[in-house]
Amino acid sequence: MNAVTRPLAHLGHAVLSGLASLGRVSRFAGATLQHLVRPPFYWREFLHACLQIGWLSLPVVGMTALFTGGALALQIYAGGSRFNAESVVPQIVALGITRELGPVLGALMVAARVASSIAAEIGTMKVTEQIDALTTLSTHPMKYLTVPRVLAATLSMPLLVAVGDALGIFGGYLVGINRLGFSSSTYLTNTTDFLEFWDVGSGLVKGAVFGFIVALMGCYFGMNSGRGAQGVGGATKKAVVSASVLILASNYILTELFFAA
Amino acid sequence: MIRITDLHKSFGANAVLRGVDLHVPKGESMVIIGGSGTGKSVLLKCVLGLVKPDTGSIEVDGQDVTKVKRDAFLARFGMLFQGGALFDSLSVWQNVAFRLLRGPGKLPKAQAREIAIEKLRRVGLRPEVAGQFPAELSGGMQKRVGLARAIAAEPEIIFFDEPTTGLDPIMAGVINELIREIVVEMGATAMTITHDMSSVRAIADKVAMLHGGKIRWTGPVGEMDATSDPYVQQFIHGRAHGPIEAVR
Ligand SMILES: Nc1ncnc2c1ncn2[C@@H]1O[C@H](COP(=O)(O)OP(=O)(O)O)[C@@H](O)[C@H]1O
Ligand SMILES: [Mg+2]
Repeated sequence: MNAVTRPLAHLGHAVLSGLASLGRVSRFAGATLQHLVRPPFYWREFLHACLQIGWLSLPVVGMTALFTGGALALQIYAGGSRFNAESVVPQIVALGITRELGPVLGALMVAARVASSIAAEIGTMKVTEQIDALTTLSTHPMKYLTVPRVLAATLSMPLLVAVGDALGIFGGYLVGINRLGFSSSTYLTNTTDFLEFWDVGSGLVKGAVFGFIVALMGCYFGMNSGRGAQGVGGATKKAVVSASVLILASNYILTELFFAA
Repeated sequence: MIRITDLHKSFGANAVLRGVDLHVPKGESMVIIGGSGTGKSVLLKCVLGLVKPDTGSIEVDGQDVTKVKRDAFLARFGMLFQGGALFDSLSVWQNVAFRLLRGPGKLPKAQAREIAIEKLRRVGLRPEVAGQFPAELSGGMQKRVGLARAIAAEPEIIFFDEPTTGLDPIMAGVINELIREIVVEMGATAMTITHDMSSVRAIADKVAMLHGGKIRWTGPVGEMDATSDPYVQQFIHGRAHGPIEAVR
C-alpha cells in the first residue's frame, strides 16, 4: 500500500507546489501591470533595458533564424522530393519561420541570454541589499527594476521576431538558390504571394507574449533569490528553465487559439 | 522618537528577536552593541519595514509604522547598510545623489552633483571618485560612499549599520566625528550599530546591548563602564570568557 501511495503523495506535493508557484508568479505579473500604469515611470531604465534586451539580442536571434531557415529548406526539399513536392520549399519555409520557428527559437535564445542576466543582476542586488537600499530611498523596486525590463522585452521581442522572420526566410532563400536549384525570382514570388498578413502577425503577437514571459521570469526569480552566490545561481537557473518551458507551453496554447480549425 | 515594544522576529526555527523593547528620544544618538549574529541589523530593518516582524509594535513619533504612508515615512530616513549596498550600475555621485535626482523634491542634475561632491568630501573622499563606479573602490571607500548617500538628503532619522567596520583608525575617527556632528548640528535622531568601543564612546548618548534576542542593558554612555552587568562588562572589555558564549 505504502509503495503505491508514496509516489502518489510525491506527485501530489509536486502538483501543489507547482500550482502555488504559478499563483505567486501570477500575483507578481499582476503587480507588475499595476505598477506599469501608475507613475512614476523610469524612462532611462526603460531605454537601457531596450538596448540590453532588444538591440543587443539582434545578432543571436538573427543567426539563429538564418541557420534555421537554411536547414529548414534542406529538410523540406528532402521530404518534399518523396512525393514530388520539392517546389513548395519557399512557401513552407516562410510559413514555418513566421508562424513557429522565428518566434519560438528567437524567444528561447532571448530566454537564455536575457532571463539569465536579469535574474543574476536582480538576484545579486537582492543579496547585496541593493533592493533594500532602493526601498529606503523611496524607489519601488517593482517600478524601478521590473516594469522597465518587462515592458522593454514585451515591446522589443516582436521587433526581434520580425528581423528573425526576414533572416530566416533569407536563409531558406540562400540555400534554395545555391543548393536546390531555385531561381531567385521564383523563390521570392512564391514566398511573397503565399504569405498572408496573419502568418507574420501571429508570430509577432507570440513574440510579445514570449518577451513578457522572459523578462517576468528573470525579475521574479531574481527578486526571490536565495542568499549568497548559491542563491543567485539557483535563481538564474530557475529563471531560464521556467521561461523556456512557459514559452513552449504558451506557444502551444497560442497556436491552438490562432490556428485550430 | 522611536519606540519599539515587545518585538519578535524568527526566520524559520531561528528566533532572532525575542521581545525587544527600546526607546530612542528625538535628537539622540543611540548606539546598539552586541555580538555578531544577534539580530542588530534585523532590528533596524524591522523599523524601516524591510523585514516584517512577527509580533510587537514599532512607533515613530507616536505613529505605528505599519499604518503610515510609506513614501513620506521613508523620506524622513537615511540608512547606511552594513555592506554599503551601493548600486553598481550607477557612478559614485549618482549613488550619493540617488534620492535628490528622483521623486517630488527632485533637483537639477548639476545641483545634485554638487551636493553629492560636498557629501563625499565630508566622508573624506576626493571629488575625483565621484565619476568612478562602486566596483572600482575599496571596501572602506564603498562604506563611506554609502554613508554619504545616507546623509545626502539630510534626513531626520539616520541608521548606521557598522559605519566604521573596515576603515583605518584615522578614517574611523573622521566618521565618528561626522556622525556626532550630524546629530548635534542637524538635530537628527541616530541609531548606530557598532562593535568598535572607541566608536561607541565617540558617538553615543545612550547605549543598548542586544543579547539573546532582547535588550540586555540600556543606559547613558557614561554609565556603561560602571554597570555591573557581566554581559556588558565582557563585551566592552572584549574578554573571551564570561556569560556570552564564544561559540554561537
Ligand atoms: N533574510 C534573512 N533570512 C534568514 N535569516 C536571516 C535573514 N536576515 C538575517 N537572518 C539571520 O538573523 C540573524 C541575525 O542577523 P543580523 O541581524 O544580520 O545579525 P547582526 O547582529 O550581526 O547584524 C542571523 O542568524 C542571520 O542568519
Ligand atoms: Mg549586522
